[in-house]
Amino acid sequence: MTIKDIRRDFPILKKKFKGKTLAYFDNAATSLKPLPVVRAINHYYLDLPVNAGRGEYDLSFALEKEIDQAREKVATFIHATPKEIIFTTGTTMGINMIAQSYAMNVLTKGDEIIITESEHAANVLPWYQVVEKTGAKLIILDLDQEQRLTPTLLKPYLNSKTKIVSFADVSNVLGTKTDVQSIAQMVHEVGGLVIVDGAQSVPHFPTNVSELGIDFLVFSGHKMLGPTGIGVLYGKLALLEKMKPFYTGGGMSLRYNKKQEVKYAPIPQIFEAGTQHWSGIIGLSAAITYLQRVGFDFIHAQETKLRQHALAGLKKIAHVQVYNDKTEAAILAFNIKGVNPQDAATYFNSQGIAVRSGQHCARNLVEYLKTDGTVRWSAYFYNTIEEVDRFLKAAEDGRNFLDAYFQ
Amino acid sequence: MHTFNDPIVMRQVIMDHYEHPRNKFKLNLPGARTIHMDTAGCIDDIDVNIVIERGIIKALSFDGVACTISTASTSIMTELIEGKTLEEATYIVDQYIKMIHAQPYDESVLGEAMVFQNTHKQASRIKCATLGWQGLSQLLKEKK
Repeated sequence: MTIKDIRRDFPILKKKFKGKTLAYFDNAATSLKPLPVVRAINHYYLDLPVNAGRGEYDLSFALEKEIDQAREKVATFIHATPKEIIFTTGTTMGINMIAQSYAMNVLTKGDEIIITESEHAANVLPWYQVVEKTGAKLIILDLDQEQRLTPTLLKPYLNSKTKIVSFADVSNVLGTKTDVQSIAQMVHEVGGLVIVDGAQSVPHFPTNVSELGIDFLVFSGHKMLGPTGIGVLYGKLALLEKMKPFYTGGGMSLRYNKKQEVKYAPIPQIFEAGTQHWSGIIGLSAAITYLQRVGFDFIHAQETKLRQHALAGLKKIAHVQVYNDKTEAAILAFNIKGVNPQDAATYFNSQGIAVRSGQHCARNLVEYLKTDGTVRWSAYFYNTIEEVDRFLKAAEDGRNFLDAYFQ
Repeated sequence: MHTFNDPIVMRQVIMDHYEHPRNKFKLNLPGARTIHMDTAGCIDDIDVNIVIERGIIKALSFDGVACTISTASTSIMTELIEGKTLEEATYIVDQYIKMIHAQPYDESVLGEAMVFQNTHKQASRIKCATLGWQGLSQLLKEKK
């Protein structure tokens, strides 16, 4: 597949905004969706628009089969077994599920949870709730120049009280990648569990949960070409067995009576109450197929090329400050000096370029970066060097940001 | 007043109020009330402070962190509103909000706030241009 073939699968890239072709650089927020994924979603609504596991008719069985296949596909994709794959609404739900179904039941006063200051709100706020209810302690690690969680940074904080260490493999602001395997090993030595927020890593790097030795992995479909509202929680089977479902209802209960005796469905369905996002699951499966067809080697090479070009270009502009030199993902956080990030982003928009501004849901990172907000550029494999050049030209002209306001 | 149709003048007015915001401080006066205004999606995070005495806006200020459009529009608002009666202030706020949403409005009361007349063309900035004004609107309603 060439970049040209790939781009044909994303019709939005041909549309004009403000008279200009879209240059989409907000991939860390969500990715664009290729035609095969859109077709897969339509396939549910056109060919299988029923419920799974509830009907004695062919359509329902056909849907169930596709859902089973999708679960197997996800399992193979991250090197897990299908029983360990729980469909969620996304990364946020995944972490909340671990917090509510595992941590709330297992943690007590004196236990410690460790996160970093660069975590996304979805990996911060669920823990605020857990410590409030359980009396456990939350340790928020300050980052150093490495801009990531490293074994050196973590080591002094690990002890027998450490129960959970939860972090993003790739930071959604800093773009740095974590040595997950070494950290998992260290945490396991003191008897703690490792939760990996894979929202920014699974779409861009091959993921092998058994090799990494992690206990939980959560990620979202919509950042990896898939539909919104679908995500995955991977958990080691032994841990899933210790979890109590924190929301209940149909689909996850086999029998119950007025004496309040309940027989629940087995893992993983016990954690999937209510009608599931069937089209989302089928769409996610198609997204994985697409990523496998493109291949992570190509994805990584293309993203590296784009990042290096963008970073080198930004560094040449005297009035631009870049905050994350250490990034290994195609994510750059920067500011145009003297220009509020939102004003800058509006200017990029006036040039047909989509970037994000603000704190990117990582509000604890403000002190570390010493700025109230940044502009974030984030690329995916379908972006081109020409688009990066347009972005750099806009960054160059960005000090005239009020132009955007008077068009 | 109609000079505010000139983009160069509009730009200068916005930048002037952004770089030298008027009435940007906390209000430590007896009877002062404050409303906190922020948005989930951006860094705008301000307090609007007011003192109303016998139906007159005696003092109006703001403080906090906000973008150019948000800072300038709130700064201009404080200058326009201070000294006005509750009725006058409410009328001006209504006209401003109408202008931002491209509805017919009375431009005779908006003064420098006219520089934001194009905001409706920049959908993403409507929130910025109205953050302080919405705060004031709530403060005025609470008083009634």
